[in-house]
Amino acid sequence: MKKILAFSLPFLILSGCGSSSTWGWYVIDPRTNTGWINIKFLISGMGDTILISVIAAVISIVLGLLVALPALSNRWPVRMINRVYVEFVRSIPLLPMLFWVFYGLPIVFQSMGLNIPIDPFWGAIITLAISDSAFTAEIYRAGIQSIPKGQSEAAQTIGLNYGQSMRYVILPQAIRRILPPLANQFIYIVKMSAFASVIGMQELTRRANELVVTEYRPLEIYTLLILEYLVLVLIISAGVRWLERRMGSDER
Amino acid sequence: MTETAIELVGVNKWYGTFHVLKDINLTVETGQKVVICGPSGSGKSTVVRCINRLEEHQKGQILVDGVELTNDAASVNRIRSEVGMVFQQFNLFPHLTVLDNLTLGPVKARGLTKKEAEERARHYLERVHIPDQAEKRPGQLSGGQQQRVAIARSLCMEPKVLLFDEPTSALDPEMISEVLDVMVDLANEGMTMVVVTHEMGFARKVADNMIFMDAGEIVEHGPPEEFFGAPRSERCQKFLSQILQH
Repeated sequence: MKKILAFSLPFLILSGCGSSSTWGWYVIDPRTNTGWINIKFLISGMGDTILISVIAAVISIVLGLLVALPALSNRWPVRMINRVYVEFVRSIPLLPMLFWVFYGLPIVFQSMGLNIPIDPFWGAIITLAISDSAFTAEIYRAGIQSIPKGQSEAAQTIGLNYGQSMRYVILPQAIRRILPPLANQFIYIVKMSAFASVIGMQELTRRANELVVTEYRPLEIYTLLILEYLVLVLIISAGVRWLERRMGSDER
Repeated sequence: MTETAIELVGVNKWYGTFHVLKDINLTVETGQKVVICGPSGSGKSTVVRCINRLEEHQKGQILVDGVELTNDAASVNRIRSEVGMVFQQFNLFPHLTVLDNLTLGPVKARGLTKKEAEERARHYLERVHIPDQAEKRPGQLSGGQQQRVAIARSLCMEPKVLLFDEPTSALDPEMISEVLDVMVDLANEGMTMVVVTHEMGFARKVADNMIFMDAGEIVEHGPPEEFFGAPRSERCQKFLSQILQH
């Protein structure tokens, strides 16, 4: 009996338990004029959510590699650069970092005599990218270190320098192992981009919040919001699977 | 007149407090074949790896073609361009075809055109008797074929000296001879070679100088007839009797 209840509970909730006072889907009912306008308003945040996430992910992928490379050095002071960066950045919660970048960083710039305003869009991107780079750096490090040492030794003996050995020998092999966890990080960025709403970025979550304030229908609107993220993440997952298959197929 | 290809003078190396190489002195003339043997952990691989700076020695001198090996990147590059290396585990690049394995060094490090490098690659694949595997990936080849590709890859850099670090130790028995045949051919063509191996048949056939190492020292060296016929030291006698008894 308990099992049946547990299984049917989500359906009961979504169907409004049969009572029209719990649910008011009219607020996002595409058949009505206002419902359709509301839906369009909510979904139009998709563009910014995607844009912020993609730009932040690209920066994080490049920055993460730059942070990871010192970790592979033979010299400990160089390795320390990586350690300090990773430990420090990894320990800062996203929201405080976002506040610091958005409200604090312009003051730092000002005191240096620079006039660089930070708008919500770039504030969110910088924060997400830096925060994520500590994790991508660890992913790169693990991936590169998983390639047998003989590979870089062989590269050295045929005269390749460090950069060439990385580019032509190590990274092409490491990327297969790096890609799945890197994709996980991208999903993480998409979800964390919701924090951009608190500094005024008009992405998915912010729009949902705004509509809730005017319509006072949090349950329906936030349900739709969750579904929007679900769709985004499922699309990314499918893309990554396709990419993995494509990269895997020409190996061996 | 013979020229000195490699010279090691009083080379010492430590891993932490562990003394791996103790006062190694070794001269390899151009065209000479030197075979190094000894029990595992004796430092024989380390000697070879020091000659092309995969390991760093801490004391003494290593000269290749008259150039001293130092921390200076230019000297390391200069020496690596003259010294080829064949590894126990082949260390082919699994994500590249055989042909790309062979052309990567010549194109990226030597600035050959793709076409020149491919011609050279096919020439050396012919010499190691696998001209028809150029488009395959290393994983599709047998161990013996892989090691021959690895030898061809080294030859594509046209080195003056070839180092072999136990080239047949990772191979199935039936594949050892195909690799040794290629090495004998190279030896007969006058290549300067330093070979770490336990293949004593090969050693008898090609070696000009046999080196026996134990516990980081060169215990005994000499021409193979003398070395196999009448080993002077007890350690060397014991080692030879162990590996030759079957």
